[in-house]
Amino acid sequence: MSATLHPDRESATLLARIVPLRGTSARRASLMVERSLMVYRRGWVIIVSGFFEPLFYLLSIGVGIGALVGSVTVDGTVLEYTAFVAPALLASSAMNGAVYDSTFNIFFKLKYAKTYDAILSTPMSPGDVAAGEICWALLRGLIYSTAFLVVMLALGLVGSPWAVLVLPAAVLIGFGFAAVGVAATTYMRGWQDFEFVQLIVLPMFLFATTFYPLSTYPSALQAVVVCTPLYHAVELIRDLTTGLVDGTLTIHVAYLAVMGLIGLRVAAGRLEKLLLT
Amino acid sequence: MSTAESGRQLSVPLASVEAVATDSADPPLVHARGLTKRFGEFTAVDGIDVDVARGEAFGFLGPNGAGKSSTMRMIGCVSPPTEGTLRILGRDPRTEGPAIRARLGVVPQQDTLDTELSVRENLLIYGRYFGMSRAAVRDKTDELLEFVQLSDRAKDKVEPLSGGMKRRLTIARSLINDPEMLLLDEPTTGLDPQARHSLWDRLFRLKQRGVTLVLTTHYMDEAEQLCDRLVVMDKGRFAAEGSPRELIATYSTREVLELRFGADADNKVYADKLEGLVDRIEVLPDRLLLYTDDGDGSAAAVYDRGLRPVSTLVRRSTLEDVFLRLTGRTLVD
Repeated sequence: MSATLHPDRESATLLARIVPLRGTSARRASLMVERSLMVYRRGWVIIVSGFFEPLFYLLSIGVGIGALVGSVTVDGTVLEYTAFVAPALLASSAMNGAVYDSTFNIFFKLKYAKTYDAILSTPMSPGDVAAGEICWALLRGLIYSTAFLVVMLALGLVGSPWAVLVLPAAVLIGFGFAAVGVAATTYMRGWQDFEFVQLIVLPMFLFATTFYPLSTYPSALQAVVVCTPLYHAVELIRDLTTGLVDGTLTIHVAYLAVMGLIGLRVAAGRLEKLLLT
Repeated sequence: MSTAESGRQLSVPLASVEAVATDSADPPLVHARGLTKRFGEFTAVDGIDVDVARGEAFGFLGPNGAGKSSTMRMIGCVSPPTEGTLRILGRDPRTEGPAIRARLGVVPQQDTLDTELSVRENLLIYGRYFGMSRAAVRDKTDELLEFVQLSDRAKDKVEPLSGGMKRRLTIARSLINDPEMLLLDEPTTGLDPQARHSLWDRLFRLKQRGVTLVLTTHYMDEAEQLCDRLVVMDKGRFAAEGSPRELIATYSTREVLELRFGADADNKVYADKLEGLVDRIEVLPDRLLLYTDDGDGSAAAVYDRGLRPVSTLVRRSTLEDVFLRLTGRTLVD
């Protein structure tokens, strides 16, 4: 009997291996976004504040220090320093929006408000909750990125038609970081564990080619930087806004997509393990 | 099996009881055989058998840690059974959890209201989780806020509500999908008497409308008020099962005579002197409990033996007597 597997079931198992989530529907997951919209209808200020951080960096470092530095040479092309830094800050803001929403907010709902316990008593599945919350977090990142892109356009920092792909790229960046953020949050024991988030996010922000090109590092350090997710996010956006697009673009996209899918799968599995015991 | 046969459950041999349960027009809403839940080494629920019929109000009674909540979580399809058979609404929670949960209402032990939303929004979004349209959920929300008397608090945040109001809102939330069965885990624990009675009133009205109620409690008066049938749980097993009246008849007597001999009296000595007078005597630090069918008669007999208690009280036996007899007086935390 066991040798004659049902073909439908076999393909279903195969599908479950590729598409990581069982019992997840886009319609149900979107209800988590609907919930967040209800919550933030009253609290737009909280979201707006997240936009100013990268803007201030752009003004102080991009414009201020940019005046001292002048220009940067990337792959033989000379770029205004501001045009070099701005896309990196956009990538960082997509990351920050996603990371903050997917860590602090998720932890509160998971451990204190018991929000997900109530939701899982309905037809919603852990996969729906994980996908929906990741989706909201990446949307928050997307809001920051969009606002930032508008600023870049206004300051004349966008030099290529490839820039129409910046927002889809920001969605991908948000997805990668939000998914890993939610997954990591399910392992947090208390608020003190959030220090680790800072410990990872801040050095990445400072060193992942945000403020100077990769060639500044000795080759050993270059190898380390190239492994970080923000490096791929920064390079992806920078390629698009400067128009210096080559084959490495697909590597950046693949890195972030795989990161997001793994994060989503771990997040859903962990929520199930924590809440459906 | 013909339709006529499947309708007559009694003629079916025991081995196919389960088949009948899923085939017949109205299967038991809860059907468990050998249901077991283990957390590592600890066995929370130890092989229980239970059936709950449509329209019934069924109670799990027991001290803390008896396995009531674990059982309720399994019935609510948010906790997979370790062993045994479980069918909810005739379906298997292992494979059809979401479809079953779509037809259940759940009132958890701890409030899990969405503190980031208003009273009204709590109901609106909860209905949406069940796949209801916005229009349908709006109508239902207004109706339910009326039912639990919270219409005037609709726009308020959840946090400042009193304990009783939060419980009522949780009950309203659990009814948003017109559930066939309502699961209530200690619905009135921690409420003041007014709030408890107001809640019982709501639950009683739901029962009259034909909603099946499954609840856990450690309040005897709650069980007597609400339950048609109940089980007393202790250490993951059923210690007794029946209607409140049956349980009292089986495990207690019609009346209880309470005797007090003063603060310094050695109650054990008095108990020896009353040997043989009634079925059973329980010695407590401050009083003696005599289980008897005729309280006044037994009180007279006490005086006949020359004893002069400081006070005598004859009362009807309650589920509390049954409960304490079955689960003991040792404090469980």
